[in-house]
Amino acid sequence: MKREVSTIGLALLVAALAGSVLIWFIGKSPLEVYGLLLRGTWGSAYGIGQVLFKATPLILTGLAVAVAFKVGLFNIGAEGQLAAGSFVTALCGAACPASWPGPIAALLCVLAGMLAGAGLAGLAGVLKVRYGAHEVINTIMLNFIVSGVILWAGNSHFFLKGITHTKTIPDNATLSHLGFPGSAANTSLLLALGLAAAVAYFFARTRRGFEWRAAGHNPRAAENGGVELAGVFIGAMAISGALAGAVGANYVLGYKHYYEQGIGSSDGFMGIAVALLGRNHPAGIVVAALLMGTLSHGGLATADEVPKEIVQILQAIIILSVAGAAAYRGRAGKPGPATAPVPTGDAGAPRDPVEHKDG
Amino acid sequence: MAEWLVTMFSLTFLMQVVRVTMPYALAAMGGVISERSGVVNIALEGILMMGAFGAAVGAYDSGDSVFVALLYGIGAGVATAALYALAVVTWKADQIVSGVALNMLAYAIPPYFLKAFYNSSSNSPKYQGFGGTLFDNPVLWLALALVVVVQVVVTRTRWGLRVRAVGDNPHAAHTLGVSVNAIRWQAVLTSGALAGLGGSWLALSGSSFVAGMSAGRGYIALAAAIMGSWRPAWACAASLLFGFADAMVFNLETFVKSVPNELIQKFPYVLTMITLCGFIGRSRPPADLGRPFSAR
Repeated sequence: MKREVSTIGLALLVAALAGSVLIWFIGKSPLEVYGLLLRGTWGSAYGIGQVLFKATPLILTGLAVAVAFKVGLFNIGAEGQLAAGSFVTALCGAACPASWPGPIAALLCVLAGMLAGAGLAGLAGVLKVRYGAHEVINTIMLNFIVSGVILWAGNSHFFLKGITHTKTIPDNATLSHLGFPGSAANTSLLLALGLAAAVAYFFARTRRGFEWRAAGHNPRAAENGGVELAGVFIGAMAISGALAGAVGANYVLGYKHYYEQGIGSSDGFMGIAVALLGRNHPAGIVVAALLMGTLSHGGLATADEVPKEIVQILQAIIILSVAGAAAYRGRAGKPGPATAPVPTGDAGAPRDPVEHKDG
Repeated sequence: MAEWLVTMFSLTFLMQVVRVTMPYALAAMGGVISERSGVVNIALEGILMMGAFGAAVGAYDSGDSVFVALLYGIGAGVATAALYALAVVTWKADQIVSGVALNMLAYAIPPYFLKAFYNSSSNSPKYQGFGGTLFDNPVLWLALALVVVVQVVVTRTRWGLRVRAVGDNPHAAHTLGVSVNAIRWQAVLTSGALAGLGGSWLALSGSSFVAGMSAGRGYIALAAAIMGSWRPAWACAASLLFGFADAMVFNLETFVKSVPNELIQKFPYVLTMITLCGFIGRSRPPADLGRPFSAR
């Protein structure tokens, strides 16, 4: 625990320094920008609400990445899964009769979104198990493909005339705000926290969760112990995709009330940072999501001073330093996340861990 | 339909294929060298992007000197690759996580500076680029020569042997006195130079840099390296396939009305997935790919 905190502290320091150089380079004062960033986020009720609003999807995508990590897979496709999930959530919401009771309508919409995400990630899982095609490249390709399919489906059927968003959903399927004045923070935060608790319970307390962890630590040993790896890989990818697909609850049901092209973009990639910072533990992920959410909203709060891309740059540097520091400290040979196994197959080395026929 | 067929076999079309294949092929060769040394290179995408940005800045700053633009582009590629090597070779960070982080960085840095200096977040000011026709462009011949050079270097030289050795069995190479991490650094930097040139080609083929212009080409190049079973010449052949798909997309958009453009544009990505499923298992990756090395 102490080591984790010091690693993250170090990463933040490195990022802050590198960020200072970039801010100074364009002729602005780093201290002023960082001060503005803090005041704009944790300095007011509105700011805090916005941080929570930005953190909600990051909890979900962080969990998504972490679940895949736990069984030794990389889900780089949370980006596409959350887009598909949000789109389906919005379509489902628009199709819901206004007479249905609120909670049921909202729940149905979220479930539909999760199903879409699960299908998409599950496909990458199936391709991996069946053909040994690496999930990293496939999930990235699916990100591109999904954006095209949504654009096509939207343009030809679902988008309103002349704009790239769908019909507004009826009030009964929307989620209520959390009461931070003016902020979009909504009850999907509770959903995200609930799912985090569920993931924690699953891995710590259930038999299947134990099997999944075993498959992640040592696939061959797990297989010999009777774990069916193909099922674990497909299942973990599907759950991972479902978590990313739930992001629509925040943006569609809780905020915009329709799907708009580009909604939630980059939250998927940020999920990787969140999972890494949170060391794949749900509690850690919630904390990491708050941190990244602070940066995300902070980027908007400082946008008058510096281009908002500074935030993405800081986040990338944080990931690099955490990944580097974690491996550097005596965990050489193992990837950053403590529970992820040495990748036997990676983008370039997609060896099928399930069947060993082609040796 | 006939119109469409005529276009497919015209010289213009073939030139288009060559033009769009170039970034794929250069990045794929970079991917082959890096992966042969045991380092997975998801960061190719970011290197392409930074190479393109560097070339654009170079072209603009020097008043359209192609030479300076290439210098900047290759320099930016090597610098990005150096950051990647620092993370994954020296610090032994996880290669996929670091690669994704580096790509995030490379997607954010160009808009950051564009906004700060040119007050536009998505486009650079106009520059001239290559201009002229394809076959008058010396860079084309340079790139074609590079295919031969890289193939020979990887398969026929002492350095190439070392690269392959540290990728297949780093401990044996270490025992024989080869510095594994030094070779991996060199391989990653070389891949940075190649992909940086690929990015420059991308930027100089047009007349301005557009944010996000690498558009997944780095990932596709990596897939091409896998399809070519980690051999430079074959990786280039696979890149040609993707270049062909890309060029076809341009033309199908104009000629085929029955399939929506939004879907046609995604054809190269679908093709990547399909070919990956078919080719894997038949090609054998370097044995130590993805594992950081530390001497015991």
